[in-house]
Amino acid sequence: MSLLRRFFRPRTPFAPALYTVGDVVLEAEGVAVTLGGTRIIEQVDFSVRAGEIVSIIGPNGAGKSTLLGALAGDHPYEGSIRLGGREVGQWRNRELALRRAVLRQSNAISFPFNVLDVVKMGRAPWRSITPVEVDDRIIAEELLRSDTFRFAERTFTSLSGGERARVSLARAMTQRVGLLLLDEPTAALDINYQEQVLAIARRYARQGNAVVIVLHDLAAAAAYSDRVIMIAEGGMRAHGDPIEVMTSELLSDVYRHPVRVAHEADGSLIISPVRFADEGAPLPTGLGADLQTRKSER
Amino acid sequence: MNPTHPPTSAEQPVLPDIDRGEGALDLPRVLDFEADPASLPKPNRRKVVMLFLFLGVGLIAASLFSAALGQMQIPLVEVIGSLCRKVGLECGAAPTHALADAALWEVRFPRVALAILVGAALSTAGAIMQGVFGNPLADPGVIGVSSGAAVGASLMIITGFAASSTFAIPVGAFVTGVATSFLVYSISRNRGRTQVITLILTGIAVNAFCGAALALMTFAATTNQREQIVFWQLGSLAGALWDSVATVVPLLVIGLVFAFLIAGKLDLLSLGDDAARHLGLNIERLRIGSIFVVAVLTAAAVAFAGVIGFVGLVVPHLIRMTIGPGHRVLVPASALGGALLLVLADTFARTAVAYAELPLGMITALIGGPFFFFLIKSSQNKGGGWS
Repeated sequence: MSLLRRFFRPRTPFAPALYTVGDVVLEAEGVAVTLGGTRIIEQVDFSVRAGEIVSIIGPNGAGKSTLLGALAGDHPYEGSIRLGGREVGQWRNRELALRRAVLRQSNAISFPFNVLDVVKMGRAPWRSITPVEVDDRIIAEELLRSDTFRFAERTFTSLSGGERARVSLARAMTQRVGLLLLDEPTAALDINYQEQVLAIARRYARQGNAVVIVLHDLAAAAAYSDRVIMIAEGGMRAHGDPIEVMTSELLSDVYRHPVRVAHEADGSLIISPVRFADEGAPLPTGLGADLQTRKSER
Repeated sequence: MNPTHPPTSAEQPVLPDIDRGEGALDLPRVLDFEADPASLPKPNRRKVVMLFLFLGVGLIAASLFSAALGQMQIPLVEVIGSLCRKVGLECGAAPTHALADAALWEVRFPRVALAILVGAALSTAGAIMQGVFGNPLADPGVIGVSSGAAVGASLMIITGFAASSTFAIPVGAFVTGVATSFLVYSISRNRGRTQVITLILTGIAVNAFCGAALALMTFAATTNQREQIVFWQLGSLAGALWDSVATVVPLLVIGLVFAFLIAGKLDLLSLGDDAARHLGLNIERLRIGSIFVVAVLTAAAVAFAGVIGFVGLVVPHLIRMTIGPGHRVLVPASALGGALLLVLADTFARTAVAYAELPLGMITALIGGPFFFFLIKSSQNKGGGWS
């Protein structure tokens, strides 16, 4: 029976010490990832300190999610990714789960668990380390903070995309670990929750944790992150302060579309793509006439 | 403008000043609350307790009735009396028929015991398999593990090993059962997810191949062996002896203990492989362990009782509809429910027609099939209750 126990409940791992602001949490050096024979990203170097929020931006297919996956320990990689002073690939799963939480883009679930069950799963790595009362308090806090407490007893499968995204975020936050890796957490959210989620992530960073976010919303990345990493065509194109990285020239080049960048008086950026003009092609008869009259009325 | 990006107040994100003459906008506030853990919705413990009570009491009652019914009707008090005397207690009533005790202890009790064990094994295997594949259609019968085990058992029958050793059939069923499990597993998984369609297609292919192998062995067998193979495939608990119970018990106990130990981890697996790994689960070890457990349970059940379908599919589904998908409750409740279902089905199989015995596998499929249609139909707007 003790053998059985050892097989199924390996020794309780030590809970990691809390970081203080400024500690290096994650260090990537010469990282390259090859998936299915294709080199997805290479030559990525950066580090993230406790207290910081860092955004990864770049066009579709540039390798942002792959990079995040490598940081999370999902993909084999070359080079070095050190988390808490040790290679990511060398931690055991449970030890890793006590040091980093991950939110991926897909959040499907196989069985109709309710929201509370799903958020509770975020405490799984802490089982037999923290008492149940602490777990319950954290779960309640995260349910409230993600504004999902109202439907805590509904099944996850009955929720809308935005609600699911918030529940999944709450699950990742419930892990309460020193490094938070979020892959487009705002993609399915409306303006209110987009801002809430990013503000929550930044506050979490300020409390002495490191946060890495993949974002498509450039203006939001500029407003909420301390540094941005621009990934393009499998390599790190730029890295630094958002205001320095996000220039009209670089963005227009990387996204292959003209992008305007303006500076507000308070230091925030307004980033907008140049919109396509109506090319004035002849419209189908009937529909065309209708549209033309409406346009001329405007 | 400060180039070092001033850290804005974490409590109140500063809204860019977009005052365009219509008055300034209110500053937003980050949602944050002092949470009271007592306000968390409590899991419905009463429902769980009621379910276990219902299944437990139902199983005891069904077992006693099953022992009482048959060609020789034995009053319930005498069944209880016979059980009491065995453990040295004085209760119930003395037997009125000279052969009542012998009938109970040599025919009926081993049969009821085997029904309980086989039922528990099949539905536990179903519940575990559905959890591992993250797919409610996974069942040892549907995906072909049962027929894989049947091939091994038949092989033992036609080679004559079964005649020389009582362990030959269980061993044969076990080996091919495990092999089939791993085959289906490796074929139907793709990038960490199991596609429903690949799973079913793999099951069809495995069932077809095993069906052909069984046909070939039936063709090649002697008359005696042929009868053994055919009846074995129909599924029956007839002729259950304490010997067969004793052979099945250790395998089942191992399987059930492992099943209950891994049950809690299967919840995390429903989030998908990546998310489960992010939460600290060693997925490969869990999955291989689970498939081994399923193979042990299925092979043990199939070895003496033959192919009994639908138990592993219907019982976990019913339990899930009653108390939700949490595996910590689902797995033990499925074990009890499967035992109850099989005791009832076996009692029906041997009492429905006087002086004749219906094949048990036929009964479970006959009841289970239409019942499953009904379940799917009634929960269709919820994607069969799973989405």
